[in-house]
Amino acid sequence: METTGESLALGVSGEAEPPPLSPRQLIWRRFRRHKMAVAGIFMLIFLILYSVVGALFVSESYANYTDTTKRLQPPSAEHPFGTDTVGRDILARTIYGGQISLLIGLFAVLVETVVGVLIGAIAGYYGGAIDSILMRFTEAMFNIPQLFLLLVMAKFFAGKIPTIQLLGRTFSGSVIVIILILGLTSWMYLARIVRADFLSLKEREFILAARTIGTSNLEIIVQHILPNSMAPIIVSATLGVASAILSEAYISFLGLGVQPPTATWGNMLDGAYNYIDSAPWLWIFPGTLIVLTVLAINFVGDGLRDALDPRTLAA
Amino acid sequence: MTPLLEVRDLATRFHTLDGTVYAVNGISYTLEEGQTLGIVGESGCGKSVSVLSVMRLIPEPPGKIVAGQVIYRGQDLLTLDEAQMRQIRGKEIAMVFQDPMTSLNPVLTIGRQISEALIAHMGMSQEQARARTVELLEMVGIPQAADRYRDYPHQFSGGMRQRVMIAMALSCMPSILIADEPTTALDVTIQAQIIDLVKALRDRLGMAVIWITHDLGIIAGLAEKVIVMYAGFIVERGEVDDIYDDPRHPYTLALLKSLPRVDRSSQERLATIPGLPPDLLDLPPGCPFAPRCIYRVERCLQENPQLKPVGLHHEIACWVDVTTGREQ
Repeated sequence: METTGESLALGVSGEAEPPPLSPRQLIWRRFRRHKMAVAGIFMLIFLILYSVVGALFVSESYANYTDTTKRLQPPSAEHPFGTDTVGRDILARTIYGGQISLLIGLFAVLVETVVGVLIGAIAGYYGGAIDSILMRFTEAMFNIPQLFLLLVMAKFFAGKIPTIQLLGRTFSGSVIVIILILGLTSWMYLARIVRADFLSLKEREFILAARTIGTSNLEIIVQHILPNSMAPIIVSATLGVASAILSEAYISFLGLGVQPPTATWGNMLDGAYNYIDSAPWLWIFPGTLIVLTVLAINFVGDGLRDALDPRTLAA
Repeated sequence: MTPLLEVRDLATRFHTLDGTVYAVNGISYTLEEGQTLGIVGESGCGKSVSVLSVMRLIPEPPGKIVAGQVIYRGQDLLTLDEAQMRQIRGKEIAMVFQDPMTSLNPVLTIGRQISEALIAHMGMSQEQARARTVELLEMVGIPQAADRYRDYPHQFSGGMRQRVMIAMALSCMPSILIADEPTTALDVTIQAQIIDLVKALRDRLGMAVIWITHDLGIIAGLAEKVIVMYAGFIVERGEVDDIYDDPRHPYTLALLKSLPRVDRSSQERLATIPGLPPDLLDLPPGCPFAPRCIYRVERCLQENPQLKPVGLHHEIACWVDVTTGREQ
């Protein structure tokens, strides 16, 4: 355990060792040392502000407003990022598209984490037949190529979920479909990590100690083991956001993702394919935003991995 | 008077890939209210498994309690379901483990770990549980208990952690505290502090204690009754004075001889017991101690002796009378 000179005045006891920092302080110290991760955090904050605060200046109807007389205009004072194939303002669309892309990334990871942790925790804690069944199912899911599964499910569910109203905004049903598809095809790695962690943690003496005071299985799983395996879960979830955003871009690019007029960074690339040379602003802006987001998240994920790894405590 | 806890013919086995491990082979003992029982024996003789069986905390599979009864206040614990058993653990019978370094959850504050049982068993609110936890920490001698409530286990030294473990075990005022070698991982001065603490708390709270150890020296000043275990069997039991002043089983004799004593010359070498305890996978048909026993007679290799009285409360399982060296 790291014991630095920065001892706190509080909690002085009769013991020889100086009061060390709490785990959270330790993690923050190690994270701060990771320059790229800190840069990544700032980049992410900027991107979130871009799509949230930006929406205060332009309306969604403006982002979806088509004017074919102004199609394919290069960046200008009126349209700083230019216009797309049907004359919509690309700046406004990257703002609203950013919201959807980030939303999809976050919620897809939420689904992924819930499913992955649930399956991994149950398999690892109970072991035996339950473990075998759940792990064979996980392996079966692994063996289906994710891309193929994504495309088939996207095609299958397309249009089956109606649009919903939330916070005064309309979300195309395809957003929910994409969130579920991305979440339900990516939980397997996490399930395996969590299972492995639970398998070793449940044999630890403090779990036996918890059982001797009458703690139930559910409490042991949720309150005693889960906090111990938070590090890999957090790292996996962080990196998962980046891959979900990429996957969304991918299927939207193929036209099977979120359906227009709802913009995402991914489906903005869809129409750009035919204008790679003639109208590069169509793909440069949403493309750059995707790359920046994914890079920033990956840097943060790397930083978290180092900061949360108990084996790097001495660093 | 019916005893607080009565263990009858308890037998626990582990079914492993290598075969069946005969960990505990039909042991019986009783524990009265407020009494302290010492269970002594070397590593792997079934001490821990026997008490984990009482708590019903043997991992199943591979373990299985194959026979016996564990009667606590007139109720056979082996017939209870898991939910009923959870009400017993912590509230009626609590346990402290050997290594305080690994027995506390590293990512939870000690306050939370102690108050958990209070909320679950005693139906306390967060606030009540917090106040009670601070009281408990003070009771076990943690300085500045209120400040240390929010500290994590790594912020405590070994001895302090064992105090925290004891506070956790005592949180619901159990009638029985099982201490499974609680001082083995601590250095000698801290050992003495922990033993004194448990003694003081036992007398103050009037609870019964089962103290497991391989160190006969600790038991002498602590227990009223002593059980000596070997290879999953009880080989000798009696009042603490019987065991120390008049040991009758060759194994107990050998254990006592292997203890360092202040009244013996430091030039003298400590006696050792030759050989190793038997493989519990493959117990010999006769007395399990026979292969290492200096009093061995022919019968020892064929028949395993039953416990039989040699004094008022004193029983041994041996074919030989060690005072004469002849077969009884």
